[in-house]
Amino acid sequence: MPRPARPLRGHTTALLLVLLVAGWLLVVGAALWPLVAAGQGVARPTWRPLARDGVHDPKGPAIGQLQEPAEALAALPPDGAGNSVHWIRAIDSGAIAPRSQILPGTVVRTLDQDIIVAKFGSMPAVKFPHRQHTLWLDCSNCHEKLFRSKAGANTFSMAAILNGEQCGLCHGAVAFPLTECNRCHSVPNASLQRRRTP
Amino acid sequence: MRWAPAHRWLQAALLGGLWLLPGVAPAEYGDVVLNHRSDAAGVRPVVFPHWFHRIRFRCKVCHTELGFEMRAGSNQVLMTDILDGRFCGMCHNGQIAWGPDRCDLCHSGLKGTPPGIVGGPQTSGPGRW
Repeated sequence: MPRPARPLRGHTTALLLVLLVAGWLLVVGAALWPLVAAGQGVARPTWRPLARDGVHDPKGPAIGQLQEPAEALAALPPDGAGNSVHWIRAIDSGAIAPRSQILPGTVVRTLDQDIIVAKFGSMPAVKFPHRQHTLWLDCSNCHEKLFRSKAGANTFSMAAILNGEQCGLCHGAVAFPLTECNRCHSVPNASLQRRRTP
Repeated sequence: MRWAPAHRWLQAALLGGLWLLPGVAPAEYGDVVLNHRSDAAGVRPVVFPHWFHRIRFRCKVCHTELGFEMRAGSNQVLMTDILDGRFCGMCHNGQIAWGPDRCDLCHSGLKGTPPGIVGGPQTSGPGRW
């Protein structure tokens, strides 16, 4: 038995599609507008209000009492990824001065030393700067569990990092994400000398 | 007026498009949802904002002095710990930050939100990088 003709169906689908595309354009437009307006060449999407961030209860009593991300982060040095804040520049510029300890007896340790990890593959070599990391972290956060304190003693794997191991424990979670390849892979192989035995 | 480079537009478009996907929580990068017990206990899950805390404290304070491991979910923090001054309770004691009597300020999440950290190895992008 033939089904009755539904001449409006095609039009309805088209209308829905048009609405969907229009909605998408509206959302993308709203996300993009601040970058265009700022004109800094650094993408800085707006921070979502807590009530619309998908994890906070918009009807909860905390909304209106908790600080909004935009209020705190808009004044900090911009970045194109993560929280849209360049957290190293935030400390270096004095925009923030986070405390290093709350217990009086704690020894605050920092280290200014770069480690170059070169595999001479298709990507530039990695420069790991201890200074930027120890601004935030203590030695024991990475050593000796994640990495051994001996240059050349660690085996790095992008597969592991992308799975949230090694550097990926923080990069991709709280530190700048793994989409920012060139921030780590920053040293041209041609500028380095191959050594016969590592 | 200078325009953002093309890859930034693409990135923003992809991120913008993500908002349309159901089930993708667009919370602030680094937010941790603690909900191993909250739902079952009938309170809202806890939302821990890294961005708020790192303005005021360096990572080393909580991840060394307070004893928080470097991976979300590694520390099973109980309210009794906090009341006894351990973990969050080392600051959330009414001295450095609000005390544990202000339940709703930490327990502010949407019921049913799975525990974990926002971000992750896929950086909220389209598929694995």
